[in-house]
Amino acid sequence: MQFRTAAPPHVIAGFTVPHVMFQVLLALAPLAAVHAWLFGAALLLQLGVAAVTALGCEALALRLRGRPLPQFLRDGSVLVTAALLALSVPPLLPWWLMAFGTAVAVLLGKHAYGGLGQNPFNPAMVGYAVLLVSFPVEMTRWPVPGPEWDAVTGATALDALRTGLRQSYTMQEIAAGPAFGRLGDTGGEWLNLAALLGGIYLLLRRVIRWQIPLAMLAGLAVPAMVMHGIDPGAHAGAAFHMASGATMLGAFFIATDPVSAATSDRGRLCFGAGIGVLTWVIRSWGGYPDGVAFAVLLMNLTVPLLDRYTVPRIHGHPRR
Amino acid sequence: MSSRPTLPAGLRLDARKTRPLQQPLHAAPAPQVAVLALDQGSGESAEPTVAVGARVGIGTRVARAVGAAATDLHSPVAGVVVEIAARPTVTGAGRCISIENDATDMRDPALLPVDWRSLDASSLLDRLRGAGIAGLGGAAFPAANKLALARASAAAHLVLNGAECEPWICCDDALMRERAADVVLGSQVMLAACGATHCTIALEDDKPEAAAAIAAAIAAARDDRVELIELPAIYPLGAERQLVEAVTGREVPHDELPPAVGVVCQNVGTAAAVARFVGTGEPVVSRIVTVTGSGVTRAGNVEVRIGTPITDLIAACGGYQGDPARLIVGGAMTGRSLSSDIVPTTKAVNCVVVATPADLTIRGLEMPCIRCGDCATACPARLLPQQLHRAAQAEDRNALAQLGLADCIECGCCDYVCPSQIPLTARFHAARLQLQLHEADRQRAAAARERFERRERRLAEQAEAERLAFEAARRRARGAGPT
Repeated sequence: MQFRTAAPPHVIAGFTVPHVMFQVLLALAPLAAVHAWLFGAALLLQLGVAAVTALGCEALALRLRGRPLPQFLRDGSVLVTAALLALSVPPLLPWWLMAFGTAVAVLLGKHAYGGLGQNPFNPAMVGYAVLLVSFPVEMTRWPVPGPEWDAVTGATALDALRTGLRQSYTMQEIAAGPAFGRLGDTGGEWLNLAALLGGIYLLLRRVIRWQIPLAMLAGLAVPAMVMHGIDPGAHAGAAFHMASGATMLGAFFIATDPVSAATSDRGRLCFGAGIGVLTWVIRSWGGYPDGVAFAVLLMNLTVPLLDRYTVPRIHGHPRR
Repeated sequence: MSSRPTLPAGLRLDARKTRPLQQPLHAAPAPQVAVLALDQGSGESAEPTVAVGARVGIGTRVARAVGAAATDLHSPVAGVVVEIAARPTVTGAGRCISIENDATDMRDPALLPVDWRSLDASSLLDRLRGAGIAGLGGAAFPAANKLALARASAAAHLVLNGAECEPWICCDDALMRERAADVVLGSQVMLAACGATHCTIALEDDKPEAAAAIAAAIAAARDDRVELIELPAIYPLGAERQLVEAVTGREVPHDELPPAVGVVCQNVGTAAAVARFVGTGEPVVSRIVTVTGSGVTRAGNVEVRIGTPITDLIAACGGYQGDPARLIVGGAMTGRSLSSDIVPTTKAVNCVVVATPADLTIRGLEMPCIRCGDCATACPARLLPQQLHRAAQAEDRNALAQLGLADCIECGCCDYVCPSQIPLTARFHAARLQLQLHEADRQRAAAARERFERRERRLAEQAEAERLAFEAARRRARGAGPT
């Protein structure tokens, strides 16, 4: 009897890229729900605009590059990019800015470098950074969370902290303001909690591994703790940083994008820690209220170096 | 015994071994024509010692090992040598000795039990070599040569590999359940042959029946040099270097063999073959083969004469059923897929799988690597398959060497977990062949250059000699002429 041959292994786990991406989308659901609860249904519109733009740009880019459309459109990676960007921008951002940011993320952040798996920078953060630099007013206008969300905007806690410290208020005075909740941002602490939950789900499903999130949180918490200990009047504590801005979203969903992160375990520890420290530095001394996006992009730059110098010792080889 | 060392990485896989293990071990009928491949799977051929027309009994030597990697071959049937020619084999094609079975099952009368306790180590090793005892785990490397190397480097620790970690394969499990005493006796003979002081029989903890049988056999043998260890069932713990690390905590240096860390590994099946040889004088003329997969009617572990065509073996197991899609020799992760079932079994064939589409994973379309790093987490050699893949695609030979392509054991773990479903193992295998070809090319080019340079030198020397001769002649002529 004749048989067709095939190379081993004959059995594989059958994980797929779409499976990974849809797990990530699923893990974003609690965050999206809290977001909608705090700021209203505007998020759904943003998600819709981002998703449609992302799929359109992806299709266009694949067509221009002569790649098979159905295989790559179905992989879900572009939807993750769209969702991350939509969850990062203020909910009342004009729809055309959302579309513009998404197009930049997909076309410049991803396909300009060769598409899935090739981009050195996190595409969603490329889109975010371009929006923030080009439209700083629109990008920092967050609605005040609550039932009367319509058209009332105010500073986020990170914003209030920055301006407050500039004007020589003490931490205690600033923290008494309306933007502050129990730990951090009034709304932000719920958003961070939801992102943390989603992140734990991803860890349990082994879609991400612990090195990057833990290192990033430590990289952010340790300097905050030290400086807060030295001068509590001028620096927010670790708990505030954990519960404010995009900390948890960054740690579990953005920094963990495997394509643009370091690839070995040690490399990932360095990568995550670098993002944490840079986030703290930008938040404390930089020109922007939150630093996650720039910290991620800056650490993306170091990935080739990290990959080169953190190759693990091969079995049976001496330490290098 | 040291405390449990850290385990190499790997995977917990669905073992798929229950169906063949429901049947007791049984013997397949002897083939009409036994076909003995001169290369039994180690990559080196033995030299025939019989001619066409010779009458042989069971156990008569028909080929002798010349190189260090081949084993002596013995007739698995009584009958007449009918052909010595190239035929399709498990590894492609190669010379084979075909012996027609006369159905008398007459044993070679020269086969006698061996009084191994009275032999010194070197004559014991010679006897084992003469019995064609090969590594029955799948490598088919001569056991005696491995034991001799261990003796020369004074390795103190014999490790018997009963881990059998790969899905589908369970011939060692069946053997240990039913012939545990043979395994323990074999370990004692091997200890005498290699000079090691103690022996560890290593099993994975998914084989409680086999472990109980081995423990009972050790107790019955009253030999405190032999111990049993149960390891977690993690693929590929049965790979030699990984097993040595799991049992002793020592890593075998990449450019050395296990004796470098004082260990010699043998398979439990090999130990049982040694026991059978010293007990009855019978060389390796049969082995246990797992026959399984949804495409075969009766799965089971079968004692098969070496050289039985797989066609006959499948027929002995009730033939094909359902939709047999792939014929695999070996396990799910590293098994070789065959194009035809006419090839004969060898000492290296431990498992024959007739897989239906339901047994196999149909690969999806290959996607680009997303650098998720799951492959690196799974790799037991601690390589970075995602980086190797990048280097292989770029044909960057330096990067491939630096990232340890040579240390890849082709276990398939990276492939198994890859969400982009990249056939990594096949790529690495191809890259290795490419490197070998390149190396051969380089050597050929170096040899050609050497030849060319020698010729140039020779011609230059010749021209120089001619010039000197000419000048000498001219001087002579001048000297002789008028001044």
